[in-house]
Order: sequence, then C-alpha cells, then structure tokens
Amino acid sequence: MHEPLLRFFRAARGAGVRISPAESIDALRAVEAVGYADRTALKDALALSLAKSLEEKQALDACFELYFSAAATPEQPEEAPAAPPPESGEPGELTQALLAGDQAALSAAMAEAAEAAGLSEIRLFTQVNQFARRILEGMGLEQLERDIAALSAQAPESARAQQRARAALGEQVRELVDRNLVLFSRGETEKLREEALRNARLTALDRRDLARMRVIVRAMAKRLRDRYARPRRRRNRGQLDARRTIRRNAGWGGVPFITHWKQRHVEKPRLMVLCDVSGSVAAAAEFLLLFLYALNEALSDIRAFAFSGSLIEVSQILETLEIDAAIGEIMRSIGFGSSNYGRALADFDAGFMAAVTRRTTVLILGDGRGNFADPRTDILKRIGERAKRLIWLNPEARTSWGTGDSDMLRYAPYCTLVTQCNTLRRLERVVAELLGAQG
Amino acid sequence: MTARTDTLVTSIEAVEQGLGAAGYIASRQIATAVFLAERLEKPILVEGPAGVGKTELAKALASWLGLKLIRMQCYEGLDESKALYEWKYGKQLLYTQILKDKLGEVLGHADTLAGALRQLHSFGDIFYSEEFLEPRPLLQALQQPKGCVLLIDEVDKSEQEFEAFLLELLSDYQATIPEIGCIAAIVPPIVILTSNAGRDLGDALKRRCLHLHIGFPEARLESRIIETRVPGIEAVLRQQIVGFVQLLRKLDLKKLPSVSETIDWARALLLLHVTSLETEMVRDTLNLLLKYEADMQAAAIQVPDLVARAGRAGS
Repeated sequence: MHEPLLRFFRAARGAGVRISPAESIDALRAVEAVGYADRTALKDALALSLAKSLEEKQALDACFELYFSAAATPEQPEEAPAAPPPESGEPGELTQALLAGDQAALSAAMAEAAEAAGLSEIRLFTQVNQFARRILEGMGLEQLERDIAALSAQAPESARAQQRARAALGEQVRELVDRNLVLFSRGETEKLREEALRNARLTALDRRDLARMRVIVRAMAKRLRDRYARPRRRRNRGQLDARRTIRRNAGWGGVPFITHWKQRHVEKPRLMVLCDVSGSVAAAAEFLLLFLYALNEALSDIRAFAFSGSLIEVSQILETLEIDAAIGEIMRSIGFGSSNYGRALADFDAGFMAAVTRRTTVLILGDGRGNFADPRTDILKRIGERAKRLIWLNPEARTSWGTGDSDMLRYAPYCTLVTQCNTLRRLERVVAELLGAQG
Repeated sequence: MTARTDTLVTSIEAVEQGLGAAGYIASRQIATAVFLAERLEKPILVEGPAGVGKTELAKALASWLGLKLIRMQCYEGLDESKALYEWKYGKQLLYTQILKDKLGEVLGHADTLAGALRQLHSFGDIFYSEEFLEPRPLLQALQQPKGCVLLIDEVDKSEQEFEAFLLELLSDYQATIPEIGCIAAIVPPIVILTSNAGRDLGDALKRRCLHLHIGFPEARLESRIIETRVPGIEAVLRQQIVGFVQLLRKLDLKKLPSVSETIDWARALLLLHVTSLETEMVRDTLNLLLKYEADMQAAAIQVPDLVARAGRAGS
C-alpha cells in the first residue's frame, strides 16, 4: 500500500524537496488520516507535511501532477486489431492482450515489468533505451516476436495489425520510461553539474554556465549568512561576571539573586575589498563581488574598490544597481586594461588609507602581475600594519607565483594570509573563515 | 486530544463549516491543515504575508472548539523566564525568613549537628517547587485541564536559541524545568505558530510542524470573507471592492494590500454610504489600502483604469 507513496517521496527528493525519514512517516500518517479518495485532500496533506517553504510547495505540486498522472491508464489506441487470427500453436499472454486490445491488461503488465526492471532507479538519459528494452522483454517480447513470425506465414493481414500494435506498445513503454526519467533523475543530474561547477576554475568558465554559477553563489552566500548573521553577543554560561553580579544585587544586601554572566562579542567584519579587474582576473573578481554583496547582512560595513591601471571606489555602483548590471558597469568603466599594482596601491594610499582602521579587514584579489611596474610594497606594508587583517586571494596556481612579472612573493610577507582562490569551493572557504574569525 | 475536539473535528468539511461558524472563512487547504493537526497532534506553522489572517485562524479555532486561547507574542530577547516559567523570588525570600524564625522549633529535638541535618533533610525541599513557580504562557498551556489553543505569534521575531528551546514543547508537549524535572501536558494543546518570514526558521522547527502557507485569497474566497466580516455591504459593491483589490495586487508595489486592508476599506466605504466605486472616492480612501507614499502615488495614476475594470468584473 505504501510503495507508490515511497516512490513518490523519492521523486519529490529528486525535484528538490528535502524529505527526511521522519517527515515521510508523518506524511504517511497524514495520508492515512485523509485517505486516498479525494485527490485535492491527498495533495494538500502531502504538501502540508512535506514541503517546508513556498518554493518546495511549488516543486512538490509539479511533482505530484507528474507522478500521479503517470499512474493513470493510457488512452486506447485508435484501432483494434482487425480480425481474430486463426489459432497457431499457443500465443503468449502479451499477444493475446494485444489481439484483444485489452489496455488494462497491457498497463498492468507494463507496470509489473517496470517494477521488475527497477525503473525508479533510472538516473541518466542514456539509460532510456536500455530500460525500455528491459521492460518490453519483461512483458514477453520474445514470445510476441515468435507469434508475429508464425502469424505472418498464415495470416499476413492480421500480422500487420499485430506489427502496428507492437510498435504502439513500444511507444507507450518509451513514454513511461521518459516520464520516470524526468521524475527520478532531475535531482541527480543537477547535483552532478553543480558539484562540477563548484570545482571548476573560475577563469575557464563556459559562458552558458554563468547564470547557474550565480545561483550557486547566492545559495552559498545564503548559507553563510544564516550562520553568521545571528546576534553577535553570546552568553558565556560558565563564567560569572562577579563585578556586575554584586552591583546588580546590591539591593538585596549582596545576596546574588540575579546573576550576570560574562559575554563574548563576535564582531561583524568591516571589509575593504580591492579587486583586480584586468583581463586575467576579471572572472574571479566578479564572483568575489557577487559573493560579498550577497552576504551583506553578515557584514557590518563593506567598501569595494576596483583597479586595473588605476583604482576607483565602486561601492556606490554595487549598492545602487542590481548586482549583475553593476558588475557589467564596473567592467565597462575600468576593467580589461593591463594592471598596474603600484599605481593602484598609490591611489588607495592617497584616497582611502585613512579609512583603514584597527577593525578593518582588507581583502585583495589579484594575480600580483604588475607588468614590471614598481610594486610599491611599502604601501602594502602600511596597510598590513593598520588593518586588523590583510588577506590576499590569488587565482593563479601557487607554482606560478613569482614567475615572470608576478610580484606575489614580494607582497606575500606583508599579508596575514595569502591563499590561492580559483574555484567557488575555495572562495566559500575563505569567506567562511573571514566571517567566523572572532574579534 | 480531548473528547470534545474529537467530536467536532470529524472531517475536513466539518472543520470548514466550524471555522465558518466562528467567522473565519477557511480555504480547503487551511481546513485540511487544521484537520491533520488535530489527528496527528502536530503543531501548524503558518507563514504568509501580513494581514492574511494567520493570527485570526487561531482565534477562530479556539472559539469554535470552545477552548481557551493562550497567546504568546515573540520578540527579540524573549527567553524562557518570560515564556515558560519564573520563580516567585519575593515569596521565596519570605519563605527563607519564615524558615529562619521557625528553625529553632523545627530542629528543637535534635541535640547534635548531625541530628539537626537529618531532621532538615526529612523536610521536603519546597524552595524549588511548583508552589513558587510562576507559570508563563507556555507552561500555562501545558497546565490547562481541558486543553487549549496555544498561539505562538511571529516566531521569526525571536532568536534562534529560543527556537531551539521550543523544540521539546512542539514534539513531545512537555517542558523541562531544571530544578523540578519534566512537566508534561495534561492535554496536548493545539499549537499554531505564525511567521512573517522575517528570517528563515530552522529545519528542526519546520520538521516538527505542518507547514501551511496562506497567500492572498482568490476573488471568490475574498468575497465570502468580506461577506461575513462586513455584513451590511451590498453584493455589487462587494464584488467591485474585491475586483479592485485583486487588480491592485497585480501592480508592482512595495506592500500589497492584504485581506485585513480589504476589510478595513469595505467598512470605510460602508460608513461613507458608497454604493458603487468611483474614481474620486477611491483616490481619497486609498490610504486604507496602501501603506507607503510611493505605492499610493504609483497606484493613484492607475485608479480610473482599475475602477473601470473592477466595475466590469462586478457587474
């Protein structure tokens, strides 16, 4: 009795609804309470007990329609086989059902064969033919072929009708397999693709993947935001704040009725981000900015700067425009030039050094390739001394640091942390570390 | 649940009618949620925009079932001493004073220190006992002999720690007080939590609840709601009002008008003796529907068009 529902849960998981075992038990109980008779009530009961957000409700809704329409019986084919053929040995069950045009029997046989072939395990579209074949065989295809061969000798007219019926049956099975593929494989394929994108190099991304990447970045940022945007004061239960406790209880002659506990403050980071937007690093810069601006609730203050030849502040653009448009705007106004780190640092020194305080974290994203200009490490040294932390993210592989015009190794000693950052996964790790650090 | 709720909540249709009798026109989904909540003894988490009747559902449910409604409004900084229980410090203090005076009498027979201690141990420890317990809403809900409807309003306003604290109550209908132990509900209350999606609630909390999303109602349902809440209004005007609000919700506004605003507006129009929507009148009363200046300006331009379309829909 529960089997169809359990399969439905699996299909729903594929469609992106998270269902834990406990929830599936609840759903079963809910379905028991409302019964199967009323379709709307069944749908409502499932939606109430399984889906936990509006998006999940929509996904579940679509899945419900797809799944429970698949279970309905297919339509009758237009033409029934012409005439009952002369008896020829013992025709198989399938042949008889086809001859009689018995759709109910065919559907039942198809469902049974699909079950036996483990159709709900289907994951990839390349498996469609294989599964269709297996189901047909399970239904007794071989016997049917033999019967048709025998028939064609005796009654060619009837055999042709049989051939048509067989082709129609093949279509039906294929359709069934396709529907199941949609039901059960969606989640898996998406997961595989996302996993690959998380580990893909940011500089070598396909243009058509950009939209999907943005979705992933937003999801990552949301997760981090939920974790770190919480109240920043946490009571430290173990340690009594004796001074405060005594003061607070002075009214009771110092008898400590109300206790005060020591509290730990977690500071939200104040961030200044310097992004190299010259051709070589632009892709990585885009994702870093996207990430940081999706995070803004977990940060107390963020200022962004972009540079290639010279440096400008881009906070205004990022705050007023939609993030995708903003990044396009930044790229248009300053990006894709050849980078000059010395000049960019000098610009920063002249305009914004005063804003760097003891509580600021400075984040620089760049490959450190300054086209043989003066690297101005002295300015970087001063930034490092003023700021709480100075983090350098480099999208290049560690082995190529210091080669050619790369000044990375000369900058490295003044930074609190230098790390390679060329995939979304690494980016996420750096940002998580940034948020988790205690002030 | 109690025998009483069992006899009332017999089917989804019964819930629909019962809530209707209490003045709450429920959609089919809402009725299913209430039915399941009673059958599975699970709390309902109601989400949706402000003013679609989330809190109202709890009130109507309580009045239909004839149960007491215990309401707990959540806010930032809410903790267990305000939600669950508090000790009556003053009385405890008095108790220690009395004890001091009576100590001689109580321990009078003992002549050694060990004997006095034994004597002392033989008294129950009533300093931390239910006598000195001040029950707050959650504990009150557990102590109701006939059960109750517990409304935990705007749970998204509270902190994550408080949410975790609620879990025990929601799944087992019991609460733990460290000094006393576990207090289980006499009759499990029907719990309704509401949230305006101010923040995302934890998965653990969502998992323990039936998740009900109440959106803006469709025209027919809204018309029925207006009919029950504003009884004096004429059918034609009612249709026009609902049609107008439905159209207004399709505009790109900061805050869309919800059912409570439609009801307010209908009441106002009734007081003004309006018989049919007119552009001037609508513009003057638009502030009942829209709460932002920018929204009002954006909508004011479109009023003549919307009124005409709503009029056509109404007739």
